[in-house]
Amino acid sequence: MILRSLLQKLGHRVFEASNGAEAVACFNSVNPDIVLLDAMMPALDGIEAARQIKALAGERLVPLIFLTALSDPEALARCLEAGGDDFLVKPFNRVILEAKLNALDRMRLLHQALSEQVDQVRHQNEQMLAEQKTARRVFDNVAHAGCLSAPNIRYHASPMSVFNGDVLFAAIRPGGGSLIFLGDFTGHGLPAAIGAMPVAEIFYGMVGQGFGAADILREINRKLRRILPVGMFCCGAMIETDSRQGLVRAWNGGLPDAWLLRTTGERVAIPSRNLPLGVRDPESFTAPMVVFQTTPGDHVLLMTDGFSETPNRHGQLLGESGVREILAGLDSPAGAFDALMTRIREFAGQPEAADDLTLCSLEIPDMDQPRAPTGKVPDSAPAGPADWQCVYEIRERTLAQFNPLPLLLHICMEVPGLRSRSGEVYTLLSELYNNALEHGVLALSSDWKSSPRGFALYYQERQRRLSDTNGHFIRFSLSHESRSSGGRLRIVCEDSGAGFDFTDHSDRVSKRRSGLGSYYAGRGLELLRHMATHFHVHGRGNHVEIVYDWELPEDR
Amino acid sequence: MPIEAHHTDDGETLVIRVEGRFDFSTHQAFRDAYEQTDGPVTRYVVDLSDTTYLDSSALGMLLLLRDHAGGDSARISIENCNSDVRRILSISNFEQLFSIG
Repeated sequence: MILRSLLQKLGHRVFEASNGAEAVACFNSVNPDIVLLDAMMPALDGIEAARQIKALAGERLVPLIFLTALSDPEALARCLEAGGDDFLVKPFNRVILEAKLNALDRMRLLHQALSEQVDQVRHQNEQMLAEQKTARRVFDNVAHAGCLSAPNIRYHASPMSVFNGDVLFAAIRPGGGSLIFLGDFTGHGLPAAIGAMPVAEIFYGMVGQGFGAADILREINRKLRRILPVGMFCCGAMIETDSRQGLVRAWNGGLPDAWLLRTTGERVAIPSRNLPLGVRDPESFTAPMVVFQTTPGDHVLLMTDGFSETPNRHGQLLGESGVREILAGLDSPAGAFDALMTRIREFAGQPEAADDLTLCSLEIPDMDQPRAPTGKVPDSAPAGPADWQCVYEIRERTLAQFNPLPLLLHICMEVPGLRSRSGEVYTLLSELYNNALEHGVLALSSDWKSSPRGFALYYQERQRRLSDTNGHFIRFSLSHESRSSGGRLRIVCEDSGAGFDFTDHSDRVSKRRSGLGSYYAGRGLELLRHMATHFHVHGRGNHVEIVYDWELPEDR
Repeated sequence: MPIEAHHTDDGETLVIRVEGRFDFSTHQAFRDAYEQTDGPVTRYVVDLSDTTYLDSSALGMLLLLRDHAGGDSARISIENCNSDVRRILSISNFEQLFSIG
């Protein structure tokens, strides 16, 4: 009773209970801010009542003060263990009571504010996850239009990898072969994900138009340099395969070593030799591609640094040497992907360790395998230029700096219906162009490519001779006329080179084809002969004319 | 302090020392080190002799410093890297942008 009037004088509303059980019931109905509890009570003692009250309060902090005449330290300790926050020894002192109530009330308010903040954080986190899920769906629609599901590609990327800053794109090139890009943006979360969108757009857009890896990298760099703040960039690697010639072109800027795993057991590292994307000024950016000759069954591996930098329980890293060891111990390149994934999970001791890394393996398919479908081709506009002709000539230094194929392909694709043949048209244009450039203007002999050593020399020499193209030109004359259910495309390609003995050439090609099967080149013209309706080589071999008749598929 | 900066005697070179881990946690301090400095600094030295680790956000900070110091005309050298740190700098081919010793 003394306590009651004391508390009321201090301005509190007081509810009383005469035993432990009543105290619990009272707590339940009144929901008080602070509880004062006698340690000794009939029908449920104070200690047990304290336990039940604390359980009822749940996450809420309801300060609980034991009132006791006890002076035994162990009994007092038991009170606190049961959930009491403090105790008050009888007889009560008004000043101490007030001070303690105030102190506990401060604690209660602090706890309340903290819980509200925790709730808010939890709520915001849930909201962020939901937003990320939506964002990811949008991203998937843009980024995964490609061919990551092709049978010769295997990859591991966490579902939310874009928010780790990792991106992986793959697409089939119009003339066959594929292009893969693995990127790792600095940072995490939204800032890292934002840069991924334009990169995906550029990648898929340009591949479809027939651009090569070097052009695409230059464009990605230009875009990122413009949109990303200084200090943010994208480490990346790009692999371009040309299934017909069995070539792989690689570029690595800031990622760990990529690997070419040959069926012969050879393991070739493709180290980073370039600055990451988005660092260099567009004017000074170049994308030198490293070229490799491959055979079917060889594999190319790309990985982010999540791989070598995943720590195990003891904080050790697998490191690049760890990756090397795994690759060295393989029986065949095809096992690399599984071996690496198994190892990293074992090493980290937890499956979710793989969440922060992206790994992609690409198998070089059989050269003569039918081309993978390019997917659904959007219908051309019903109206468009069907009867036209044009001449396009590139000269001098432009020969070294500019790839005219996307532009020429674009002109042809404006013809209604011809888009459905974009792969073949691209192949015709690119074979003619490469033949004119490499064997015509640059006078390189494809015989060199018959040995791996000569192969490397060929590409060195190509690069060297490109620096001196004075007085040279390549001229394309294209014309198209419509026919009842399709059309006739005529392509004439002339160059300023000395020409070559093409009659002998085709003989050698067929001889080599029937030979041991390891032929490296010289198949370009053979292919044109095969695909075109008419094929003529004029003059000294530096004037090639082809006629390509095409028809729309019937039931449309 | 994990980041410490001082001028050389002629006052034209600012030396920034990074101790321990050079990562996002040092972001602000690293920026302060070169932004809150007075006098005509023409050359920067980033001394990494006591840096144990460097991550991609540190690479970003180095690019910010380079930008601050004039971009392509910046004179910045990164010195005394241990082999791990050096490896990370060379994977990203930063020797094309900085003189690394």
